[in-house]
Amino acid sequence: MAFLNIEHLEKFFGTNRVVKDFNLAIEQGEFVSLLGPSGCGKTTVLRMVAGFETTSSGAITIDGQDVTHLRPNQRNIGMVFQSYALFPNLTVAQNVGFGMRVAGHPKSEIKARVDEMLRLIGLPKLGNRYPFQLSGGQQQRVALARALAVQPRVLLLDEPLSALDAKIRVSLREEIREIQRELGITTIFVTHDQEEALSMSDRVVVMNGGVAEQTGAPFEIYNHPTTRFVAQFVGTLNTLSATVIDAKTGQVAVGETPIALNRPLPGAEVGGAINLALRPEVVSLGRKEGRDTILAGRLAEVHFLGSTIRMRVDVGGTLISLDTFNTPDTPPPRIGEAVELSLAERDLLVLTD
Amino acid sequence: MRVQRFWSIIALIFGFTYFALPLIGTLEFSLRARRGVYSLDAYRSVLSDPQFRETFSYSIVMAIFTIFVGALIVVPTAYWVRLKLPRLRPVVEFITLLPLVIPPIVIVFGYIRLYNTSSFLPMTGSVTGTNILLMLGYTTLSLPYMYRAVDTGLRTLDVATLTEAAQSLGAGWTTIIARLILPNVLVAVLSGAFITFAIVIGEFVLASLLNRPAFGPYMQLVGANKAYEPAALAVIAFSITWICMGLIQLVTRFSKHTKAQR
Ligand SMILES: Nc1ncnc2c1ncn2[C@@H]1O[C@H](COP(=O)(O)OP(=O)(O)OP(=O)(O)O)[C@@H](O)[C@H]1O
Ligand SMILES: [Mg+2]
Repeated sequence: MAFLNIEHLEKFFGTNRVVKDFNLAIEQGEFVSLLGPSGCGKTTVLRMVAGFETTSSGAITIDGQDVTHLRPNQRNIGMVFQSYALFPNLTVAQNVGFGMRVAGHPKSEIKARVDEMLRLIGLPKLGNRYPFQLSGGQQQRVALARALAVQPRVLLLDEPLSALDAKIRVSLREEIREIQRELGITTIFVTHDQEEALSMSDRVVVMNGGVAEQTGAPFEIYNHPTTRFVAQFVGTLNTLSATVIDAKTGQVAVGETPIALNRPLPGAEVGGAINLALRPEVVSLGRKEGRDTILAGRLAEVHFLGSTIRMRVDVGGTLISLDTFNTPDTPPPRIGEAVELSLAERDLLVLTD
Repeated sequence: MRVQRFWSIIALIFGFTYFALPLIGTLEFSLRARRGVYSLDAYRSVLSDPQFRETFSYSIVMAIFTIFVGALIVVPTAYWVRLKLPRLRPVVEFITLLPLVIPPIVIVFGYIRLYNTSSFLPMTGSVTGTNILLMLGYTTLSLPYMYRAVDTGLRTLDVATLTEAAQSLGAGWTTIIARLILPNVLVAVLSGAFITFAIVIGEFVLASLLNRPAFGPYMQLVGANKAYEPAALAVIAFSITWICMGLIQLVTRFSKHTKAQR
């Protein structure tokens, strides 16, 4: 049995079912992200684990103990909020020591732990400041230290980086991950930012409409999405409509171009339509060795992003995005030019729904 | 522009005369106890009156208890309404406004009817009981001001998230209210406290009908029997109120200072 188990979790607000049969098993020390669009129920799941929201049905167990009906202050769970939620009347040190003080630990012990925590978050000198004297990034690090100071069994973070600006967001997410690894604390991280989820997590749960659509390692989620929603939500995806020529051998046609997928297409009918998907990075501009399928089109858009250039090519009415690296001595082709795209059959994903 | 300025100065002068003239008149009169010269005789007479000291200290003690009990009732209530019953806020606000529309005389007759010596709870039967009843009456009278002050103070806090943060750290309700909510609305409670103080010091109806030796009835008594002393008393009472107002200003300015830095 895993360290943290969520089984058949459901949540109704009135008649509105916002979490549907949610299941998740997290091993000790694992870092799991809940990723999904706004309103998909991520926060609600997290709040049920923390105990701020009652469950409509289902069970949550931590380290073998059923916590489903425990009050939040009995669960020993650390929580970090998007808005930091530091106590404005207490200093940084008092904030960090709050949990231990409530639990009645001796002063010397609290002071030692507070010092240790402030060192861990890299703010050893700011113990006497008040929250309003700190920057957003510093406040969030203090909030993290405060949550960790009571040595919780599980750490929950609800979009902790969303209120920060881009640079700090990236550096702080690395810092959080490092601290999490160092302490080996079991963590659930809620975000709607796929880059955050993919770069930080051991596993990602992609949620949609209250349902966990797919759970897996970032590599797995990105390269082998099992549903159309996951494929589209995680990363950029080109979708192509194809006509089935032979379902058994996987012969299809995109426009006039025949493509051999070399895998059976269960459930597909000859002459029927299927949807194919393609990541921008597996499409090349011009012919390239190992990428034997050629599609002809016309360049519709060019976006210069710095180290890469994203282009959109109109292939028989469908826009296909592709990324190329920026090389200073080859400027990109002009909009409206006829271009050829090459790709390998095995990079084409067949979407089932 | 010019014209507007002219009229606002006229209005200011009018307002100032309206408020200040009676005060200046009273002050001037209170200084005329000795024939022909200005003196502090009336004040000396008032301050040396043992009854003044008794009633005044009685009212101060009552005010302190009233403030304490009021804060004890209002802070948790306003917090709970904001946290759990936001839909009931208009209702609670209405209830706290009732003392402004129901005259104190009605309240005190209600008390006397409900808590007289032959009732189920004979509070007027003993001095302590009557004192408690009077104190609760004062609490009711100051409720509109206390509640509004505290509720405004709570508005600057993200009450729900702070509560959840504290809960996840193992804190229970009393810890949350005592260590987080109260310290954060202390400035608001203080400004409510000064208003309460001013109300209790000047209150006449409740104390008089419950027959307690408070400052309000004493002022009335002196006013009915002496010449210059009532004017001196009025000036003293007015100064107390103004000092309270000044303290409110001071305290709120102090709070704005911390917020500006935030
Ligand atoms: N207290 C509540 N009462 C009624 N409905 C609620 C309540 N809290 C959340 N909901 C609804 O539940 C659904 C899921 O909300 P939730 O906050 O879990 O979404 P989320 O995935 O965290 O979204 P976001 O990325 O915007 O934070 C939403 O449709 C929301 O309107
Ligand atoms: Mg959310």
